[in-house]
Amino acid sequence: IILSQSEDTQQQIIRETFHLVSKRDENVCNFLEGGLLIGGSDNKLIYRHYATLYFVFCVDSSESELGILDLIQVFVETLDKCFENVCELDLIFHVDKVHNILAEMVMGGMVLETNMNEIVTQIDAQNKLEKSEAGLAGAPARAVSAVKNMNLPEIPRNINIGDISIKVPNLPSFK
Amino acid sequence: MALKMVKGSIDRMFDKNLQDLVRGIRNHKEDEAKYISQCIDEIKQELKQDNIAVKANAVCKLTYLQMLGYDISWAAFNIIEVMSASKFTFKRIGYLAASQCFHEGTDVIMLTTNQIRKDLSSPSQYDTGVALTGLSCFVTPDLARDLANDIMTLMSHTKPYIRKKAVLIMYKVFLKYPESLRPAFPRLKEKLEDPDPGVQSAAVNVICELARRNPKNYLSLAPLFFKLMTSSTNNWVLIKIIKLFGALTPLEPRLGKKLIEPLTNLIHSTSAMSLLYECVNTVIAVLISLSSGMPNHSASIQLCVQKLRILIEDSDQNLKYLGLLAMSKILRTHPKSVQAHKDLVLQCLDDKDESIRLRALDLLYGMVSKKNLVEIVKKLMSHVDKAEGTTYRDELLTKIIDICSQCNYQHITNFQWYISVLVELTRLEGTRHGHLIAAQMLDVAIRVKAIRKFAVSQMSALLDSAHLVASSTQRNGICEVLYAAAWICGEFSEHLQEPHQTLEAMLRPKVTTLPGHIQAVYVQNVVKLYASILQQKEQAAEPEAAQDVTQLMVDRLPQFVQSADLEVQERASCILQLVKHIQKLQAKDVPVAEEVSALFAGELNPVAPKAQKKVPVPEGLDLDAWINEPPSDSESEDEKPKAIFHEEEPRPAKPRQLEADEEELARRREARKQEQANNPFYIKSSPSPQKRYQDMPGVEHIPVVQIDLSVPLKVPGMPVSDQYVKLEEERRHRQRLEKDRKKKKKKDKEKKGKPRRHSSLHTESDEDIAPAQQVDIVTEEMPENALPSDEDDKDPNDPYRALDIDLDKPLADSEKLPVQKHRNTDTSKSPEKEDVPVVEKKVRKPKKKEKKHREKGREKREKGKEQKEGEDLDFWLSATPLPAAAPAPEEPGVNAVIAASKEEGEEPGREERGAEEDEEDERDPEKKSSKRKKKQHKKEKEERSKDKKKSKKKKPPSDEAAEPVENGALDEDPLPPMSSYCLLAENSYIKMTYDIQGSLQKDSQVTVSVVLENQSSSFLKSMELNVLDSLNTKLARPEGSSVHDGVPVPFQLPPGISNEAQFVFTIQSIVMAQKLKGTLSFIAKNDEGSTHEKLDFKLHFSCTSYLVTTPCYSDAFAKLLESGDLSMSSIKVDGISMSFQNLLAKICFHHHFSVVERVDSCASMYSRSIQGHHVCLLVKKGEKSVSVDGKCSDSTLLSNVLEEMRATLAKC
Repeated sequence: IILSQSEDTQQQIIRETFHLVSKRDENVCNFLEGGLLIGGSDNKLIYRHYATLYFVFCVDSSESELGILDLIQVFVETLDKCFENVCELDLIFHVDKVHNILAEMVMGGMVLETNMNEIVTQIDAQNKLEKSEAGLAGAPARAVSAVKNMNLPEIPRNINIGDISIKVPNLPSFK
Repeated sequence: MALKMVKGSIDRMFDKNLQDLVRGIRNHKEDEAKYISQCIDEIKQELKQDNIAVKANAVCKLTYLQMLGYDISWAAFNIIEVMSASKFTFKRIGYLAASQCFHEGTDVIMLTTNQIRKDLSSPSQYDTGVALTGLSCFVTPDLARDLANDIMTLMSHTKPYIRKKAVLIMYKVFLKYPESLRPAFPRLKEKLEDPDPGVQSAAVNVICELARRNPKNYLSLAPLFFKLMTSSTNNWVLIKIIKLFGALTPLEPRLGKKLIEPLTNLIHSTSAMSLLYECVNTVIAVLISLSSGMPNHSASIQLCVQKLRILIEDSDQNLKYLGLLAMSKILRTHPKSVQAHKDLVLQCLDDKDESIRLRALDLLYGMVSKKNLVEIVKKLMSHVDKAEGTTYRDELLTKIIDICSQCNYQHITNFQWYISVLVELTRLEGTRHGHLIAAQMLDVAIRVKAIRKFAVSQMSALLDSAHLVASSTQRNGICEVLYAAAWICGEFSEHLQEPHQTLEAMLRPKVTTLPGHIQAVYVQNVVKLYASILQQKEQAAEPEAAQDVTQLMVDRLPQFVQSADLEVQERASCILQLVKHIQKLQAKDVPVAEEVSALFAGELNPVAPKAQKKVPVPEGLDLDAWINEPPSDSESEDEKPKAIFHEEEPRPAKPRQLEADEEELARRREARKQEQANNPFYIKSSPSPQKRYQDMPGVEHIPVVQIDLSVPLKVPGMPVSDQYVKLEEERRHRQRLEKDRKKKKKKDKEKKGKPRRHSSLHTESDEDIAPAQQVDIVTEEMPENALPSDEDDKDPNDPYRALDIDLDKPLADSEKLPVQKHRNTDTSKSPEKEDVPVVEKKVRKPKKKEKKHREKGREKREKGKEQKEGEDLDFWLSATPLPAAAPAPEEPGVNAVIAASKEEGEEPGREERGAEEDEEDERDPEKKSSKRKKKQHKKEKEERSKDKKKSKKKKPPSDEAAEPVENGALDEDPLPPMSSYCLLAENSYIKMTYDIQGSLQKDSQVTVSVVLENQSSSFLKSMELNVLDSLNTKLARPEGSSVHDGVPVPFQLPPGISNEAQFVFTIQSIVMAQKLKGTLSFIAKNDEGSTHEKLDFKLHFSCTSYLVTTPCYSDAFAKLLESGDLSMSSIKVDGISMSFQNLLAKICFHHHFSVVERVDSCASMYSRSIQGHHVCLLVKKGEKSVSVDGKCSDSTLLSNVLEEMRATLAKC
């Protein structure tokens, strides 16, 4: 999330970005030049479109455009590995996990790691740590959570992913 | 216990968790806000519980709500609670929430300092990691200051996972706490060579980010990055480094030269598009930084353009976009190479992607020439018609105007065409850029005198159809055009065909619906028009007609008098009175036209927008001084009211008086002209050559087409620019025919050789097109001695400015990162005391002074090193001979040289680091040492102080005396700029300067860098350098050539350009100086033909040039002197006025020495020859003299070096 800005501005940025990105055709380039909202002309929006999801990164001129496109690819592949065939619902219900994965790739707006195997290793290790901490106490909670999910057939299958999807990926700002 | 926990968690499982929250929100689409406020209430309840798991769950949900745009800052304290949980699971939730919602204004953030510090030093790497990640998002200046030291320790953590995070977060710390940059930098630099690729990449990332903002401070890292670039295979790292080089090259063109080759190799070899693209980008930056027009780089440019074309032609829109982006960068310096791809760019204009169209537009700007301007603009105009959406259309409009007006309308050959384009653009509805078009119209009409007639006819047509423009687009800004139209018609009314008609058009009632400022211009110009009609009528002796016009004015002006706009109202009422007065005069048959037109006599000259600012303040003029003493209060009270009354009285204008006023006005104007003519600071109206030229009766020379016949000027309507396109084509065609005819007749063309702008710069095809009008574009006037500088003010609030820190300066004690201190730091005093050398008996000496002293010592040593490091960079940059320049027979290839010199460059750096760390180690234990360790310390200290004593022995006795002098030295005058290049030879064509450098790696070789500067207006090529070899010194020639052959210089020199060539010489004995005779031969080509020219020179190999700056520590130096193997000699030079500091700098610079130690006005210096001779100096400065005692392993070498030094010193 863009640092030191009020929730209102954040929302405005997300709305604006979604508005800009979603109306673009499939076969146009994946770069959008910065408006005032995202910090002026030095900044660019770089996005990738996967089915109903848009992954949008806002970067300044110190990043390579094509590099960021690759990074988004790495991010998505990592999500895929961590969630085992990721789908949009995974991202919606596990925002915290998405954040944690992203934190291993981008830190404070700077690219931390680009090697997918390394990222997955670290995430797995952290998950293991979490499990061991939960230990005995965690087991019943997990069971309940599983039951909750099973008993809820009303999980909508086709959702208007538009405004939600954008909220997930528009996190990093390369500042 | 376990049971209790299970029970607790069973309670918990019916709490809502994040998933439930998300699900709930999705199920309450219609009353989302209500549901969420209900959830927030629940969360508040949960936060009140003691169970940390419940709290963490609540915070987790809050984080999600924050993402939806809800303010959760009220829970900041709870977030901190969760952050401090012992379990990683909760801690992570806490830090995530903090990183999302904490910012500099969060007041509880300072409570986190200790928690974060604890987590940073946690045994679990993930605790540390999560703390670092969180901190990177919400670090504040306070946190940065308090935690900088902890993070710096983590940079050397055993786990790469922590190291890379710590390295990366340092950038954030630097931003918030710039003082930490210098202390942390050495370690950061070290991390560039970390074995773990992730850490390395993080370090590259940070340094690139830093260097991007303040590149000059990081120039000294270039060799290191160069090595990384040639060795790394990680594309991420490569891209970063290559981007960094792109930022560095503008500061150091030599770096660019070095980069070209590896970069082109990468371009050829890489398969990764992203890397390829960045390489191309940096090559472009390099080419821009190198002096343009260097022919030997045309291959690189071609390569770039070619690769970019492939990108642009790719079906992937991303590549297309980037290709265009990079292309526009090349365009700035090498427009020719891009122009070849015009087809491609025009094609991109039709792309459906707006981003791509915009980029293509940018490119077009630089592609136009006289030949294709019309065609391109035509294409753009068709796009304007088609364009949907005003943004793109507005962009098109501005681009058309930009393209046409660039470089003083350089590409426009037919201004009639341009005016008609502008008029056509006024048909655009809803554009914001009416004022732009208006400004263009005004500019062209004022500056291109020949076009005025045409412009006026077009403008009057515009005014005539003004009802169209005004009614339909009044709110859209296009009516701004009428501003220009009205002014042009008024100002140049003598060209009007039907002035009366235009006058009526301007007085229409509709006009009052226009914005005020336009009406104001209307009113003013109506009078001008009126004046010229009056004149006409009076000359034609038609008094009735004149009176009719006056009547018209009197009838119509009142509508303006009623205007709500003050300006309009004032002007209108003023003019109405004037006209009424004229009417009275006319009734008496008094001729008035003369006097009325006198109101607007005089020519307007275009003045540059900045001209007023650039008028230099004359010497002795204080703009702030009072001209008259400010009047006292009483005075002003007395006099002012009177004056006002006096002025107001004549207002009800009486006829006589007014006329007198007019005469008065004319007289004053005359007087002012006189005054201006005498005033040296007034911008006079004839200094520029263009101006003088415009007065020449040049019009009959031009092959002017009788355009006016075919243009239906009288028909009021919109002109169509296509018409002019056709006309222009016809004209050009005829011109060509005429030219061909002339060629056949072999007529002397010189008669026609009228001065043409930029004639020398254009290609032949461009020149073929002669402008249709005499395009004497009047340049904007500027005061004569105005400076062209445009100092752009930097934004003082730029956060990166604080990071503009010189990193090569040695660290001072005060620059340590703040360390968390405990009470018992007092103990550190005792070891400190023991540190005081025993030689000095004053044990009670204040500690502060002692510290300072040590600092000085270190500074001294490091200064030497730093200086040397700087020189190493120079050396690294210049050491490689240009591949073709010196293909010495035995040379193992360029790469080897690079490697060798690189090693050279790094070594001292590492040493310095070592030294610094030692010192740090030295200091740190002092601070932290407990009494138990004291004894051990004592021993160490004693040893060290012994060392110190040893080195001190050589110093002249008084240490205390040294200090003030040193302080004084800091205030001394700055070093004068020095250049090691000295003149080799010079004639009217070329100037040669040279410098000789040796390298410790090659004991019998020196490199001579010769800078060749073309001083003539000819093109110099086929340059070849040859010398008469001596037995001792030989020029390294390409393999297979004889000793009489010269070595070709690998470049050509266009006029005014200079470039550097390097030649390698082999040397056997270096103890004697030597001179070699040589010749530079070249072909000078100019318009008249080409001639063979020669320049003889004498290349002087001084003994100094065999010396290489080498650092030496005082203990090694002492050993060297004590060894007794050295022979001694000395000189003394009198009459020296230069300061000692500068003197030493001079010796260091010109004679390649380094200062070993300096005390008072006495210094020991060291240098080493390429063949390993040690040269030691003791330089002492007396009152007005300097004595130099030297010791060297070779006496001949020593005496020669000293003699050369004497010559240098004699100049001081």
